[in-house]
Amino acid sequence: MTGNSDHEHVHGEPVLSYADDSRHDYDETGRYPLMAAAMRDLLIERGVITAQEVREYLEFMDSRDGSLGGKIVARAWSDADYKARLLADGTAAVGEFGVSLDGIELVVVENTAEVHNLIVCTLCSCYPRAILGLPPDWYKSKAYRSRAVNEPRKVIEEFGTALPASTIVRVHDSNADMRYLVLPARPANTAGWGEERLADLVTRDCLVGVVVPAGPE
Amino acid sequence: MIAERRYRTGDRVRVHAANPPGHRRVPAYIRGAVGEIERYCGAFRNPEELAYGFDGLPQRHLYRVRFRQVEVWANYEGGQRDTLDLEVFEHWLSCAAESP
Repeated sequence: MTGNSDHEHVHGEPVLSYADDSRHDYDETGRYPLMAAAMRDLLIERGVITAQEVREYLEFMDSRDGSLGGKIVARAWSDADYKARLLADGTAAVGEFGVSLDGIELVVVENTAEVHNLIVCTLCSCYPRAILGLPPDWYKSKAYRSRAVNEPRKVIEEFGTALPASTIVRVHDSNADMRYLVLPARPANTAGWGEERLADLVTRDCLVGVVVPAGPE
Repeated sequence: MIAERRYRTGDRVRVHAANPPGHRRVPAYIRGAVGEIERYCGAFRNPEELAYGFDGLPQRHLYRVRFRQVEVWANYEGGQRDTLDLEVFEHWLSCAAESP
């Protein structure tokens, strides 16, 4: 069985796109959102947590985006020692930026001239939230989760990146206790650039591996 | 105390083709496949027990196992050298040389 056969033919519906899959997973009147809301309300009612704490945590989650990832990548591009530390022990190396992963370990995988890496979580939506914040909806969609493992090149192409046929594609299914971050290859024509300028080239999607950073024109 | 780990980087292993009920962190698509230990990740509480409110102890050894895409998917259209890495707990693995 291929991973995407389930939803291609259900009730004769068309193939789900990244955008419209959200109706399956995030319908606010669905069973799981209602259970989550009921649990939150009970915890607040019993005084285990406060509504203010929930709001503050949501605000904290929403405050993170790809910019911290860009700084980490720019440091690795500029400092060979940092890059070596990042690849050897991602958890400790991002700790130098004040990031704590709360017991989860970070594995950083490097894109090179030969290898391109892609991150997915087929079972749910495991994602390096401590660095990138909340995952985008497409990352959580059934379409991405099923297709990234068995037709990664096509998925990457749909995001706008054509990989040479000779490139080795490595997919990392983030299915247990590790979290993954792609270290993209430094774009050409950026010699002499400072870390701040380099960081601006790196977007969230580069760190998941669906695209590669665009260099200067 | 947990037992010493059984596998080293480079060892060939087979993922059990079992289909037990309950919360499992081994995706169905990789059950029965043969791959190679890419690295040892450490010992972690067993998520299959944690999911039901147990303590998940003793901890279980976790490995990253690398599979060849052309061996995972019969219809794989990418390159011969493309790979798929997953994390698999030791109790889901056996030595590939042993019969499944």
